This record gives sequence, C-alpha cells and structure tokens, in this order.
Amino acid sequence: MTRPLQVDPRGLRFSAALTSVVLAAALLAPRPAALALLAAQALVFAAGASGRFDLSPYGRLFARVLRPRLGPPAELEDARAPQFAQGVGLTFTLVAVVALAAGLDVVGLVATGFALVAALLNAVVGFCLGCETYLVLRRLAPVRA
Amino acid sequence: MTGTWVLLGALAATVVVALLLRRRDGRFAATPAPAPDTAADERERVDAADLDVPLGERATLVQFSSSFCSPCRATRVLLSDVVRSVPGVVHVEVDAESHLDLVRRHRVLRTPTVLVLGPDGEVVQRASGVPRREQVLTALALAVPED
Repeated sequence: MTRPLQVDPRGLRFSAALTSVVLAAALLAPRPAALALLAAQALVFAAGASGRFDLSPYGRLFARVLRPRLGPPAELEDARAPQFAQGVGLTFTLVAVVALAAGLDVVGLVATGFALVAALLNAVVGFCLGCETYLVLRRLAPVRA
Repeated sequence: MTGTWVLLGALAATVVVALLLRRRDGRFAATPAPAPDTAADERERVDAADLDVPLGERATLVQFSSSFCSPCRATRVLLSDVVRSVPGVVHVEVDAESHLDLVRRHRVLRTPTVLVLGPDGEVVQRASGVPRREQVLTALALAVPED
C-alpha cells in the first residue's frame, strides 16, 4: 500500500476560511452570482474530494503566499478524513446549485448554510465536522466477514 | 432576504456548536452504573484480550484513535506523559478503524475517546476530545482503588 497522502493542517484551515467567505457571499448574492460562486466552490471541493489538494486554488494560494512566511508545518495530517469532508461539502454545494437553478431557493440556501457551518467550525475552532462523521459512518458500516 | 437569515442562522449555529464542543471536550464522566441484576460479564469492560496487552495493575487508559485524527496526537502525548508519573497505570492506544467491534460495544463516536479502566477492566470513566492533564488525573483518582 502506498503511504497515505499527507497535508498541511494549516492549509486546510486557511482553505476552510476562504470557503466560508465564498459560501457566505453566495448566501447574500443575487441568484445568478450565487450560482456562479457555488459552482466555483463545488469545483474546489471536487479537487479536495478527489485527493488533488494541489489543484485547489485555496491550497495553492496558501502554498505560494502563506507557507513561505510561516515556515514548514510542525506536523502533517493524513488526507483521508479532510478528503472525505471535502466530499461532504461537495454534496451540499451540488444540492444547493441544483436547487437554486431549479428555483427552489430555500432548499439551496439552507444547503449552503449547512456547508457554511461546517466550514466555519473548521476555520474558527479547527473542528472538522466531516472528519468526525467519517468514524460514525465507518462504525455503521456492516461488519466485514 | 432569506439568504441573510440563513447566514445569521449559520453563524449562530457555529457559535453554539463551538461553545458546546469547548465545554464537552475532554470532560470525563462516570459510565452509568449497571442495573443491579446485571451479570458481571455484561458490565462495560475491556479485557486484556481485547487490547492484546496486559491491563495496568491499578488502572488503564484506553485511547481510541484514528490515523487521520490530529487531536489524537496531542492526547497520546499527554496520556503517555501522565502514565509515566502515575505508577501502575498503563496507556493503550487502539486504532478505531481496525477495532470496530470495540468501537461499537463502547459506543465510541469520536476520536479521541478515552476510557479509564479499573484494575479489573471495568470502564469507570470516559471522555471524548482532548483532555487536560488535571482532567485525566482526576478521572484516574476516581478509577484507582484506595491503597
């Protein structure tokens, strides 16, 4: 087995902060702008969910501008849980995009709101909601023979 | 307009969850006492066989971790330091993903979760989230029988 992908936890928190800003803006913007913001955010989530954190514009910004100033990280983090969490974010954002495009504004806004809470918790207190869900789901999965 | 309300709601929800987490993280609580007619082997306990290592003479700290959980690292550092200063107490780290049976049996929902076992393996105290040193020492004092 290859060594699992490692990521800089500070980069994840920075990305979560930018994600929060984009999602908050989407909540306040008129529908066409909100759709554009959510679609863009969905692409960022898709990059993270597929393990290509290097393709995420937030991650790149962190790597280019912030990491050189912060120095190397004290420790790296296994990418599996954040990857899963990005997938959860992607799901909510896609629901929001589809709902808004279909004119179901309230559904779209509420889905965006859930994604925003998760992103904010990660950015502000470093709590990764998606990561915590990962163990709960693994626990519920049927016992392997 | 709805968007503004959702935004305010999301901000409020974040604050509430963050405060709840801060309050709850690392707080040890006694495991509920078993019903009086519960057979000894049905009580919540962890045996040496579950852990593949012998239990501590006086108490055992069982830490459920997952490979991707960063607060687990801080917990590991703290607990291994605590057991160095308290004789007869052992720290065992269990990978939650490869011990899903134990995870289910003890209803572990988060990593890190720490169970404090008495000398016979009975689960006396438990906490989830990163505990503080005093919290661990207090929980140990409750678990370790008086000499």
